[in-house]
Amino acid sequence: MTEEVPHAEHAPEDREHPLVSAKTMEIATSLALLVLSAVVIRECVRLGFGWVEGQGPASGFFPFIVASLMGAASFANIVRVLRHGAEGEDPVFVTTAGFGRVLSVLLPLVLYVVAIHYIGIYAASGFFIALFMMIIGREKLPKSLAVGVAVPLALFFMFERWFMVPLPKGPLEAWLGY
Amino acid sequence: MRSLTTKHRTLLTVAGLLTTVAALPTAASAWEPTRPVTFIVPAGTGGGADQMARFIQGVIAKNQLMAQPVVVVNKAGGAGAEGFLEVKGAKGQPHTIAITLSNLFTTPLGTGVPFNWKDLTPVQMLALDQFVLWVNATTPYKTAKDYVEAVKAGDDKTFKMGGTGSKQEDQIITVALEKQIAPKKFTYVPYQGGGAVATQLVGGHVNSTVNNPIEAATHWKSGALRPLCIFDKARSTYTDKITADMSWADIPTCQEAGVDVQYQMLRGIFMGPDAKPEEVAFYQDLFAKVMATDDWKKFMQDGAFNQTSLKGDEFKAWLTETEGKHKALMEEAGFLAAPQQ
Amino acid sequence: MEDIASLMHGFSVALTPYNLMLMGIGIVLGVIIGVLPGLGGANGVAILLPLTFTMPPTSAIIMLSCIYWGALFGGAITSILFNIPGEPWSVATTFDGHPMAREGRSEEALTAAFTSSFIGALVAVIMITFLAPLVAKFALQFGPVEFFAVFFLTFASFIGMSRGTPFKVVAAMCLGFALGAVGLDKMTGTLRMTFGHPELLSGFDFLIAVIGLFGIGEILCSIEDGLSFKGNTGKLHFRKVLDTWKKLPSYWATSIRSCLVGCWMGITPGGATPASFMAYGLAKRFSRNRNNFGKGEIEGVIAPETAAHAAGTSALLPMLTLGIPGSPTAAVLLGGLMIWGLQPGPMLFIEQHDFVWGLIASMYLGNVVGLLIVLTCVPLFAAILRVPFPIIAPIILVVCAIGAYTVHNSMFDVWMMLGFGVVGYVFNKLKYPLAPLVLAIVLGDKAEEAFRQALLGSQGSLSIFYSNWLVSSIMTLGLILLFWPMFGWLRERLIGPTDPVSQAGKSA
Repeated sequence: MTEEVPHAEHAPEDREHPLVSAKTMEIATSLALLVLSAVVIRECVRLGFGWVEGQGPASGFFPFIVASLMGAASFANIVRVLRHGAEGEDPVFVTTAGFGRVLSVLLPLVLYVVAIHYIGIYAASGFFIALFMMIIGREKLPKSLAVGVAVPLALFFMFERWFMVPLPKGPLEAWLGY
Repeated sequence: MRSLTTKHRTLLTVAGLLTTVAALPTAASAWEPTRPVTFIVPAGTGGGADQMARFIQGVIAKNQLMAQPVVVVNKAGGAGAEGFLEVKGAKGQPHTIAITLSNLFTTPLGTGVPFNWKDLTPVQMLALDQFVLWVNATTPYKTAKDYVEAVKAGDDKTFKMGGTGSKQEDQIITVALEKQIAPKKFTYVPYQGGGAVATQLVGGHVNSTVNNPIEAATHWKSGALRPLCIFDKARSTYTDKITADMSWADIPTCQEAGVDVQYQMLRGIFMGPDAKPEEVAFYQDLFAKVMATDDWKKFMQDGAFNQTSLKGDEFKAWLTETEGKHKALMEEAGFLAAPQQ
Repeated sequence: MEDIASLMHGFSVALTPYNLMLMGIGIVLGVIIGVLPGLGGANGVAILLPLTFTMPPTSAIIMLSCIYWGALFGGAITSILFNIPGEPWSVATTFDGHPMAREGRSEEALTAAFTSSFIGALVAVIMITFLAPLVAKFALQFGPVEFFAVFFLTFASFIGMSRGTPFKVVAAMCLGFALGAVGLDKMTGTLRMTFGHPELLSGFDFLIAVIGLFGIGEILCSIEDGLSFKGNTGKLHFRKVLDTWKKLPSYWATSIRSCLVGCWMGITPGGATPASFMAYGLAKRFSRNRNNFGKGEIEGVIAPETAAHAAGTSALLPMLTLGIPGSPTAAVLLGGLMIWGLQPGPMLFIEQHDFVWGLIASMYLGNVVGLLIVLTCVPLFAAILRVPFPIIAPIILVVCAIGAYTVHNSMFDVWMMLGFGVVGYVFNKLKYPLAPLVLAIVLGDKAEEAFRQALLGSQGSLSIFYSNWLVSSIMTLGLILLFWPMFGWLRERLIGPTDPVSQAGKSA
């Protein structure tokens, strides 16, 4: 993780070890879609997919067709990948370093959404912005703090005061009387 | 026209101020909202319930009937189930109110979503919305009887009835009408909103509709649609002429016209479970003020609403009775869903 | 001639300093509302509607319709700068607008978008002015069969555009249809694919899907590449606006075609979303630069923006004459009209002559004022991209989360957005096309509904889709567009790549 600098143009190629191949990912995605189409088809069987007197095509009619097509296309895609390999020039789906960089944003994002449940969206946003800037963006503390306070404050006034759209709030806002 | 409107508005503002002043002493000691009030509409934007909610929002703001603003939120998902579940979840939260329509009864019965009106606190019935049987004015049917005879004489399912949604009020009325034309049946075609349904009838894509007055009034006025009968037990009380020779009161009841079907739709206000009496009292007082404005009276007249407004035990009794009626009608039509989990 | 006199009278009503000030305020508010995802024009107008009760009705409707224009303009800004379409009809703008911004041509893209919107709206207003009664009659021709034909045409003009394997196009589009089908089946009133979860009652909102697929997915992809947004380092200058203007007239054919598509879709009322997708699809098919589409082609910004705004504006016509709102925003405006005691419908033009012409005049003025305001701000908007990535990225993510939440006021949607973000990242890398997926989410349930309504009416006979000249011609057009690329693809497979165009398309 130490070599990860979002500003750099591209990390040197030799440090990028392949993690997942494009072929594996293609097949995994198609399999996931196949499973999904099976789930939808099962639901359509429950709903019925024929003609219902007085109602026309049943609830499951359209999703059934769609799910069948999706399943067929995914199956065909698996066959295609097994025979001709993955589409595109790059045989690597993601490298370890690349995946690390993705996680470096995705994990804080997940933590952020968890935090919204507990401390409300404004406080969570403040922490998220400030910490993101400091840890991932390597900005200085005062600047990070300033942005981290200013943005949620601006959003607060915009949503709660002007547009009166209530967003999730936590103990901080309750303490302030909201 | 403009000068008239301005004058009208000035009058209204004066009236509004008077009501506010008159109401001041009572409001002083009782509960009052301390935050903006969320007004949930369990239907999409532009429909009858939405229009009424936004109208009320406007009247409250214009006449300053409440210190806190009202925020209208549409929660239309799952035939309004989304909105109802939200109110059901707003236990002991006095800053959430909801307007309901017939889907208060039909949605839990038709979809099996675990919810019943008894989960909520009934506050006030605002009015009852009427239903009118409409046909295209270019068709030869002059009375409801004419139309029913024609449907009976025609091939089964050749007559198309357009309506809003499925297994909801419009389709329930259609099913009730089908008793009159047995063994023939309508083909019921569901659309998204009342405005679209009326337009489909004007365009001749369906044979008849049971639109609310406000949805079809303008097409009646322009001569495109013809009302056949009103699904109330008595004629409408509005006698202002809409067309050259007819007012709402001139539309016969369906019973008079020989088609014995009655149906009306609730427009009522509810709060979440366990609302305190003083909170309910605040909103009842608020809506009493809303209903006293001239704006409201004009709104009622434009939509030819039945101005029955009940509260308290009377309202509860009405709700119990109406729920029973819906259950019977829907059971008969085979619209009941298996309860969810 | 009477119309012209009425219009002039309307201008005299609208052109007071007070009303001009309200127009300015309306536009600025509208732009803010359009920029924040989740806070659409409908919310904005609804929230501000009560505030307007203290104004005279004409001033109030001027301000509200200016918020509407502002929101229309604003939707393009986030689409171009951050790949986050705030409104369904801005989705097609991202396809070329965002690549342009990444190349450092954001001023050019924004100018093209704003100007095209203006032209589209202007053409639509002119049409409303002179053809209103005629056009309103045409809208009545549209029943379920015709609606389905229009949706079919939209899909047909758009499918087969993507490069690469058709399997992925089909899979992505069907995934969109399936997601769009979740929730209440409006035709039968039964719940489907909710599996007993109340969170799924309202289905997958388009906005959640695009914020995740486009916005979050985009950020994940760029962070993986270790690349930042390429901020334009050149001087920000208003000159770029004028330079772009010099280029625009050469795209007159695209503009006219998109105006026609937009006006037609607005009246029918198919709406702005199919209009923008269809115009983009057609522009790509007929353009000389078709191989540059999706990589920053200015025509790919002009086409959807022109069509969306022509449609958005002409959608006000069925609202005024028939009382059917063409968009959620129009629906709220409709509610506003009723509060002022103005009953929309065929009688409005006769009974409320002054009001209607005041509104039409304000459409002209509002658009001009709007264009002036947003164009002056182009350098300002473009400057946002010069904010360093570590600062702008978390702010975008926060705004995305808020946007997702506000759609249904639900945290579940924020989690869904994250899920869609991951899907967007994977699909992007595997070259699954996202556009058909989104199009299917937006229009899938409407198309399905129209199809089933039509079949219900015909008792199951498919011949209804060829039952009159209108529907037959739309269906035939759709079938031609659908099979056009397939013929090329088949020929390529059978005879080998002889066609230079498809060859270039393949290798691109």
